[in-house]
Amino acid sequence: MQAIDRKLLRDFKRLWIQALAIAMVLACGVAILLTSVGLYTALSDTRTAYYERNRFADVFAHATRAPLHLLAEISRIDGVLSVEARVIGDAILDLPGRSKSAVGRVLSYPENTDPILNVPLLMQGRFPNPLASDEVVVNEPFAQANGFLPGDSFSANLRGQKRVLTIVGTALSPEYVYTIGPGALLPDNTSFGIIWMSERATAAAFDMTGAFNDVSLALAVGTRSEPVIDALDNLLEPYGGLGAYDRSDHASDAFLDAEISQLKSMGAILPPIFFGISAYLVSMVMGRIIMLERSEIGLLKAIGYSNVEVCLHYLMLAGLIALVGILAGWAVGTVLARVTAAQFAQFYEFPFVIFRVSYWVYAVSGLAGLLTTTLGAAQSALKAARLAPAIAMQPPAPPRFKRSVVDRAMAGMHLSQSTTMILRSLFRWPMRSLLTSLGLALAVSSVIASLFFNDALDEIVDLAFNQTNRQDAMLLFADDVPETALEDIRHLPGVLQAEGQQYHAAILHHGHLSKRVAVDASRPGSDLSRVLDANGHPLTVPPGGILLSERLARQLNLTRGDIIEAEFLSGRRETHFLTVTGLVEQHLGLGAYMDLEFINAMFRQTTQLSMVNLTLDANETDALHTVIKGLPRLSGLIEMNENRRSFQDTIELNVVIMNTIYIVIAILITVGVAYNAARIQLSERARELASLRILGFTKGEVSYILVGEVMLIALIAQPFGWLIGAWIANAMTNAFTSDLYVIPLVLKPATFALGSLIVLSVAFASVMIVRRRLDRLDLVAVMKTRE
Amino acid sequence: MAEVIFRTKDVTKVYDTGVVKVYALAGVDLELFKGELTVLLGPSGSGKSTLLNILGGLDHATDGQVWFGETELTNMPDRGLTRYRRDHVGFVFQFYNLVPSLTARENVQLVTDVASDPMPAAEALELVGLGKRMDHFPSEMSGGEQQRVAIARAIAKRPQILLCDEPTGALDSTTGVQVLEALQDINERFGTTTVVITHNAEIQRMAHRVVFFQDGKISETRFNDTRLAPSEIEW
Repeated sequence: MQAIDRKLLRDFKRLWIQALAIAMVLACGVAILLTSVGLYTALSDTRTAYYERNRFADVFAHATRAPLHLLAEISRIDGVLSVEARVIGDAILDLPGRSKSAVGRVLSYPENTDPILNVPLLMQGRFPNPLASDEVVVNEPFAQANGFLPGDSFSANLRGQKRVLTIVGTALSPEYVYTIGPGALLPDNTSFGIIWMSERATAAAFDMTGAFNDVSLALAVGTRSEPVIDALDNLLEPYGGLGAYDRSDHASDAFLDAEISQLKSMGAILPPIFFGISAYLVSMVMGRIIMLERSEIGLLKAIGYSNVEVCLHYLMLAGLIALVGILAGWAVGTVLARVTAAQFAQFYEFPFVIFRVSYWVYAVSGLAGLLTTTLGAAQSALKAARLAPAIAMQPPAPPRFKRSVVDRAMAGMHLSQSTTMILRSLFRWPMRSLLTSLGLALAVSSVIASLFFNDALDEIVDLAFNQTNRQDAMLLFADDVPETALEDIRHLPGVLQAEGQQYHAAILHHGHLSKRVAVDASRPGSDLSRVLDANGHPLTVPPGGILLSERLARQLNLTRGDIIEAEFLSGRRETHFLTVTGLVEQHLGLGAYMDLEFINAMFRQTTQLSMVNLTLDANETDALHTVIKGLPRLSGLIEMNENRRSFQDTIELNVVIMNTIYIVIAILITVGVAYNAARIQLSERARELASLRILGFTKGEVSYILVGEVMLIALIAQPFGWLIGAWIANAMTNAFTSDLYVIPLVLKPATFALGSLIVLSVAFASVMIVRRRLDRLDLVAVMKTRE
Repeated sequence: MAEVIFRTKDVTKVYDTGVVKVYALAGVDLELFKGELTVLLGPSGSGKSTLLNILGGLDHATDGQVWFGETELTNMPDRGLTRYRRDHVGFVFQFYNLVPSLTARENVQLVTDVASDPMPAAEALELVGLGKRMDHFPSEMSGGEQQRVAIARAIAKRPQILLCDEPTGALDSTTGVQVLEALQDINERFGTTTVVITHNAEIQRMAHRVVFFQDGKISETRFNDTRLAPSEIEW
């Protein structure tokens, strides 16, 4: 090893704390890049492979009851490769050992052939015997959550017919990667399951012999889905078609897709911030090193080292820092990506995970890390290269001090000499102060950008569960029933209050824009499921009007008073023109609301209900479930408490993990910036501070100068941190917005305060570590040191 | 007569501060001869160090010409000067300029790593009497030892010229003598042309030739017929 390389290693060893502080910030960037890209590729590769292997369909449609002979016509639609018809129906399940009812989605399993599309992947046991009417396969997570094994049985209420079904196997399906039950916000595998039953038995149970109510199509490569959807809609229209849709509107895939694009934007937004900060830290530290090593640089040149060699020497020091950061980032990122990919695989029900972080991701993240640190060091290294040897050997000219406006202002304030020193230094190197401040501001913003999620979720939960959906439970009917059924429901055990509601599938058109939505209809003054305006006041829909959620209105470019064309896919399947009479504040879903009586009058029918909202006597819910399990024409009883609990549990865990990660990140940034800033201060001021000590200043007074400057910069950073934090939070809410949900931007003073508190205390602790060096300052030696 | 190794013609060096122009060298004509030990004497600011830097290829003259043998250094580009320093010149500085993170041997290796025909670092250190202190760091050595490491570092490349700027400036008399002895030994043993800048007028008595500087000009050049050994010099 050459002596100059040995110098490099020893310099690195001497600077290891500073180097480590920078390397950790860089590692954050590398790890996040690796994790998000790794997860992104893992999720999308797994999805692609799973969909391909198990032939996930491209277009989906439901109908009330379509004859099987229609399939020949469907398969003749241009671009259609294969068609699979099924019977699908919901059933209330009575699970052994569980007082509450559960909901099962029953899918027909073909009799003589294997499924062509949406092929379930058998995990245990076997598929049902085509002739056995009581054999079923259930989805693996449902079996696991309820402790079912092949051979176990449970009862199901299939259109009023109570049947005991025996589990012969468990499976996973590409259709149910994200298994969300009716009325639920998140997957709950204990109370919602997928059930595959023989075609014959399913058709008999749902009165569909010789017919189907669900069809999936696979399209030839390069076929656009829109014309196929239109053709399919035309064919299904006479049979109660509810509007065909492609993968992008498929609930399971849409959730997965939202997750994948979030990962993508996380990979794009965060790492550059870390790379930027590390570049700045490197430039700050290298600048100081080169100032301190002026004479060594002169010497190296005097003995014949070329400019390039000197420049490279210092770049390699930055390179070593980068190396540590990159290796740490790779290690943490690899583990983090693998662990989170496994978690995702569990949350999303994949039978396998293709986890493969390609070499290029390592290469790109490594290169990005190396490049940013090199860029950070470049200015200083070039300065070293440009230093004329004869000048380098002389002590640097003292910095030019001129009285400025700031000095005159300070003079007027009668500040102490120590404070004046702090302020002078701040203004003498404004760019450095500004960048240090910016680094700390980014740390503050990192805390704010994650903590605001707590309040945002509180607001989502409050609006969704306390303000709008105030019912204890929702009773869902298999088919619409007359409103008179409400009286019977009111007499069920434990029911305190019951309000009916109806759903219609519709496509809303406005100009060239259109959106497939579910229209909710209820009576004016409904108290259990309400819609609110932006100010939190309940809204009622006048007859002839429609209320839209703000996001839906924005997507369709509508405002209050506009007329929209509503193409109903249920009821009489007519198209009506409606006036937008108000906008609804809503975070989950894209809602549209109408008056119950008006919509039924519009379809010239007696008032019908699709579901009933209930308030319950908590002591009698078990009794209610017992009755429900035996009632015909019901497809489920959804308890909102469970809904809320599972939503909060799942989301809160995620938010806690996210908060922890972001706070750790903020701490790493703060340590990196504050520690290095203080070290540089100390190095620059060592003589000055030693002189003050010799003049009789106490350790405390001298410490004040060192600690004061960094803490003043940290204080200045706070408002910038708040601003940047608010901006990032806003960018995140935009990035996370999908048709499924929107994260509201809720910024409370407590969030800002906590962000500042964390950063200020960590900055103070970092500076105090450096301050300890003041105690060890050898006053005589420092005075002898030649600058 | 000995071969001329350095020749300068009307060399000037002007530092332009923007407000005033300072003439560090105001027309220097000088010849230095191969194998000689020359001492440059003069008060602070008289231009000695500036001339030494120009001769050593650390700095450019503002005007005039400088030759090293037959090679003109005057307008040599930076790359050429680096090459020149790497191959021909050894420097010794007043404050030793050792790299604190490297041991004595490694400090010498800084040079032997890049020189074309160096002597082993250990040999160079033996020559200055530091054979037993090779693996010590600068902070573990006295000033005189550090300066001898600097000399070892300078001679390890077997330079044709050794340029020393106040090599004893920071040393007491005993260690100063040790350093001067090392310099004289090198000069005599290898015939290395040696230029020594000093404030200490006594040191001139060990030189072959003494050049006096005053206000950026040479005021006098003197040749010593009889030279003293460093140990005989009154400090």
